[in-house]
Amino acid sequence: MLELIDVHVTAEDATGTVSVLQGINLTLEDNKIYVMTGPNGGGKTSIAKTIMGIYRPSRGRVLLDGADITEKSITERARLGIGYAFQQPPRFKGIKVKDLLKIAAGNNADNRFQCDLLYDVGLCAQDYLEREINSSFSGGELKRIEIASLLARKLKVAIFDEPEAGIDLWSFQKLIETFAGLREKYQGTLVIISHQERILRLADQVILVNDGRISETTTPEKFLAEIEIITADCRCRTDCIKGEVANA
Amino acid sequence: MLNTTDKKLLAAVADLHSIPQGAFNIRKNGEGIMRRSTANIEIVPKTDKPGINIIVKPGTKNESVHIPVILSAGLQDLVYNTFEIGAGSDVLVVAGCGIHNPGGDEARHDGVHEFFVRKGAKMKYVEKHYGEGRGSGKRILNPKTIIEVEEGGVAELEMIQLQGVDRTKRDTEIRLQANSRLIVTERLLTSHNQEAESIITVELVGDDSSAQIVSRSVAKDNSRQLFHLNLRGYARCRGHIQCDSIIMHNAKVSSIPEISAYHTDAALIHEAAIGKIASEQLLKLMTLGLSEKEAEEAILEGFLK
Repeated sequence: MLELIDVHVTAEDATGTVSVLQGINLTLEDNKIYVMTGPNGGGKTSIAKTIMGIYRPSRGRVLLDGADITEKSITERARLGIGYAFQQPPRFKGIKVKDLLKIAAGNNADNRFQCDLLYDVGLCAQDYLEREINSSFSGGELKRIEIASLLARKLKVAIFDEPEAGIDLWSFQKLIETFAGLREKYQGTLVIISHQERILRLADQVILVNDGRISETTTPEKFLAEIEIITADCRCRTDCIKGEVANA
Repeated sequence: MLNTTDKKLLAAVADLHSIPQGAFNIRKNGEGIMRRSTANIEIVPKTDKPGINIIVKPGTKNESVHIPVILSAGLQDLVYNTFEIGAGSDVLVVAGCGIHNPGGDEARHDGVHEFFVRKGAKMKYVEKHYGEGRGSGKRILNPKTIIEVEEGGVAELEMIQLQGVDRTKRDTEIRLQANSRLIVTERLLTSHNQEAESIITVELVGDDSSAQIVSRSVAKDNSRQLFHLNLRGYARCRGHIQCDSIIMHNAKVSSIPEISAYHTDAALIHEAAIGKIASEQLLKLMTLGLSEKEAEEAILEGFLK
């Protein structure tokens, strides 16, 4: 179980210190799928990076199975079983796909294992294992390799940051099946940051993040019902504005 | 004849763990100490200056010749080697120089290699440089490589400086005739106060000739690197230089591109980049459980592989 207790995160910008996360309280239980959603810039990725140790809280605590890991480094957290698939994965000149998967699996990744991982994200191992993770990869290919690098690990908490971004429709279907399959075989906590309805429907709980706070934790069904009302409201207001411009 | 240090140097520069298959010539401290010719590859000492002539018979396929040089003392060695790669042949040439300098005198090897890759021949040339030794004497390697690739020929070069070389000036000149092809892979690592300069000049003089040069380097500590890569297109040809350097600590790296076209159908590209290891790369590998140092090593190892 992972807990965030009154977590605040700040950052520096041109105007000075700004608040990124404001008093996040969150409990993520084992064997559950959580989908974190909300407006862009609301704080979802910041929560994920705080769990991974990339961002350090200015206040508050992070607990893993009851142990305080607030001061633990990224590497220590990774070794404790926390993983994070980046929204925008880096490219590596010289590191091949098979090298990355081996690092991810702690060098315990034989060829068959690597093939299975790539299959799970809709890639053919024959075409990819020997390729460098460089600029020859499209954004979608890069993203799928990033997801595979997390699937290679035995994790207590796995966080996927917008895994669907840049992925084509066919691969997206495969990705949905992979995440659905994880429910059966995965023993840890799965957190997916997403705006996709089909991913939202996989969740045990949907966490709505907005303006650096968790504004709601609910079921997918309730959340999607609420979203329909909000969308209708937005559409109405948009029409009114358009109408005003047209009448002017 | 070969002691433990010699064997270690040979393994480092030529991947030799025993007497190699095929033709070979091992030069130690300025003298040829072991040599073998084969039916298709003849090695003959020069009579007018130090060095050897390596003659590969036309049509020779899938054979190799090893010509490593080792220095285990502070001395200066100058050698001239000439390679005649016969028409239609396909061979591997493994050169390389390893220096073990235990004393205070300078140990220096200047090697001038001249290649004639005849019509339709294919040559892969692997040259590794390596230095070691606790002495204060400098370890210096200055290879000069001149290659003429005739019509339809292919020259593939792997030029690698592993570690421990205090100063190097690599000067490579290649001339490509019609339909010939050049592939160069350069890897260079410097650290401490080491200095490295690499000049590669490629002249594409024949129609449909092509050249691809990929140079990657890592400069650590207070080391300095200078790259001057030139492509000159005199015909309908294609050329591409990609020069990437990772800079660390207080190192200095200069990359000076020069592409010159003397023909309207010459298509030449030069890409150069110098930068430190991207923090996103380090973060990614750390999220997979590597320490920052391990992540850095993995990135550098991959980059120079």
